[in-house]
Amino acid sequence: MSTTGPIWVARDYLNCSGCRRCEVVCAIKHEGRIWPEASRVRVFMLTPTLEIPHLCTQCDDAPCIPSCPTNALSRSEKTGAILVDAEKCISCSKCIAACPGRVPFLHPATNKVIICDLCDGAPECARVCQEGRYNALWTVRRTPSVSYKLYAKTPEKITEELAARMYRDLAKELI
Amino acid sequence: MVGGYAGKFLEVDLGQEKVKNTVFPEQVLRDYLGGRALGAKILWDRLGKNWENVDPLGPENIFLALTGPLTGYYPGMRICVTGKSPTTNGIVGSTVAAEFPIELKCAGYDGVIVTGKAKKPVYLYIDDSRVEIRGAPHLWGKDGKETIKLLNKEVIQDLEKRYHNKRMWRDPGILYIGPGGENATRVAAVMMKWTHGAGYGAYGGVMGSKNLKAIVAKGIGPVPPAVDMEETKKCIENVTQSCLANDGMRRWGTGSAGYEVGAGTSSEPIRNWQEEWHDERTFGVDHFERRVWLKRYWGDYGCPTTCLKVSAILEGPLKGAITDNPDYETQAYVGTNLGIFQPEGNVYVNAKVDDLGLCGIQAGNVLGFAGELYQRRILTKKEIGFSLRWGDAKAFGRLAEMVAKREGIGNVLAEGSYRAALKLGKQKGKNLLPYVIHAHGQAIGAHGTRSGLDYEPITAYATSVQGSDHTSCGGMGPLQGAGDMLWGFADSAVICGFNVFDNNLDPMWRMLSAVTGWNIGVDDWVNTMGPRMLAIQRAALLVGGPDAKWDPDKDDDNPPRFYKPLPSGPKKGQTTDRKKVRADKIKYWESLGWDARGIPTTETLKRLGVPALESTFRGMRK
Repeated sequence: MSTTGPIWVARDYLNCSGCRRCEVVCAIKHEGRIWPEASRVRVFMLTPTLEIPHLCTQCDDAPCIPSCPTNALSRSEKTGAILVDAEKCISCSKCIAACPGRVPFLHPATNKVIICDLCDGAPECARVCQEGRYNALWTVRRTPSVSYKLYAKTPEKITEELAARMYRDLAKELI
Repeated sequence: MVGGYAGKFLEVDLGQEKVKNTVFPEQVLRDYLGGRALGAKILWDRLGKNWENVDPLGPENIFLALTGPLTGYYPGMRICVTGKSPTTNGIVGSTVAAEFPIELKCAGYDGVIVTGKAKKPVYLYIDDSRVEIRGAPHLWGKDGKETIKLLNKEVIQDLEKRYHNKRMWRDPGILYIGPGGENATRVAAVMMKWTHGAGYGAYGGVMGSKNLKAIVAKGIGPVPPAVDMEETKKCIENVTQSCLANDGMRRWGTGSAGYEVGAGTSSEPIRNWQEEWHDERTFGVDHFERRVWLKRYWGDYGCPTTCLKVSAILEGPLKGAITDNPDYETQAYVGTNLGIFQPEGNVYVNAKVDDLGLCGIQAGNVLGFAGELYQRRILTKKEIGFSLRWGDAKAFGRLAEMVAKREGIGNVLAEGSYRAALKLGKQKGKNLLPYVIHAHGQAIGAHGTRSGLDYEPITAYATSVQGSDHTSCGGMGPLQGAGDMLWGFADSAVICGFNVFDNNLDPMWRMLSAVTGWNIGVDDWVNTMGPRMLAIQRAALLVGGPDAKWDPDKDDDNPPRFYKPLPSGPKKGQTTDRKKVRADKIKYWESLGWDARGIPTTETLKRLGVPALESTFRGMRK
């Protein structure tokens, strides 16, 4: 979609095929190569069949921003993305701890924190997910009426919820 | 360094508890790429002189798990496992998909070579900076679901402790065996996820014989760089678009075939291949979709096709069964072949087989064999322990458990149909081989050739250097999907044949050069590299031993039942023409520069640059 103003990558984990093309294109866009652990979106598969694309949800109060002792994090006015100033990042991991979903992580080579930048308004992950007709990820306009922070959850928590939805009373023994 | 390769292989001696890195000269990689071809080269170099005496289930065998130069780049990746095969006694390149191959490459290894036998159950842990042989007594005996659950937790906790606060660690890649592998059966697969298995070759038993429960890899580095990333990206996009255009494969995977191959082409195994036609509409893919599919698209790393589906039984007497698809081979082998024509029963036995780490084809074949012996009253209720009636999913599931655990009658069935027939036949003083549907000691794929309507040529199994592999058929054109030559490339590059099958092949060959930087094309593979791999595999298959050997004058053949007339359906009465099989075999072998008995000629071996094989083949020529 083309849009102006803040956007959000909507997610429906039930629809994730686990194909990880989101990771492939994200890493190619940001790193110039295929690099699963440097992709801004990372698909967790703590239990097979329960694949979870894990990426920043841009909480309205963004607890990561004030947690940073060097002011390396800020919010993009254009897209709403949390931007990282890698020069200022001291790899202290405080933003990781502050994030309710523990989404940020340190780059495997530079050791600087990385967070989804929403591809400056045209998220690649959502594009290929739509191209594959999965509808696990898609780009929407961000509206003030939704608490996006609700989506900031750890993969363990999402796995539990998804398992219950898919496997009902069998869920407990599977995860 | 060559593009696309991490540059080193991990070599593990389980007996000595030693690990080291092995680096192959560039020329070896260029000649053999990876996976199946490189595996064949390594095995023959190290064990060829004594091949006949190597026990596939002994500590002297070598287990290999190898990637290839396109693994991680070509959409749809796999790992190729190989060794001396407990089914064929030859070399089978057996591949399986999931995330382990990319994790291994990102950790800095192109493959793992395992020798010796561990004193106690172990698993191998690999990341970018560590390789550890870890105890696995707590994992031994556990099924797939439990094994993955325990390993994921254990590995993630360890990573959290070591690299505190760097990241939320996610699941590692896990290659493992279930109880069927642990007990060194000849029908066990090497597994990934809950449900994916490398079945042909039965290397699950080889891992088990080495007390190796799993290989776990967590890589945080990038996929080894391609020489020309811009061109590589273009090729990835080309392949992706043709995969996305393959609507049928995406929508149904091979799961539509459970009905079509029976009703449409009369070539589906039914009750141990006594028939090949059915018109059971309850086995239609629409019933699978509606009744058991929980996820309509499921795939592995980087695959745009996602031909798999997740199926589960959430209520009723078969509650708790979860598997993928089932795909066609398992719809057939643990469905119609056991007289099961309902999606739920099929999912139940398939899930059982997955959980136990058995190969759907090899195990489904031996379960069907047992079913027919029961039908003919050759095996009794007393010998089995319960009634084994066609269509009884629970009974066949129970028998699968006995096979995996080598309990009761399961102990002899664990040897696979061919060897079980010899042993039981001896006990009972009967020739049971007419009921065995195999080639070279290994169960064949679920595609019959009698109707002449399926894709397989009548020489598919008889001349497959993989023994009986429906994804590596002998007798097909060099660029035909599912033929020995083209899928031998997929198995060596190591990528998914299903993303090669219906596609324009051009981007695949271009990608090979773009990634590696070598100027290798289709002609090099078809004229030299592919035939060289086939010649080594042929040598290993014909030398065979120690418990079974194949005579080219009688064993390069179809199962005996394929020469009986089809008993039912629109193709009733039709059968395979023996003379034509002979003529087609010769034609195929001639195209490879082999003689009329399938022995490569001296000139061919010279031309392929493997004159050392001459001494192996010399004595076989007439």
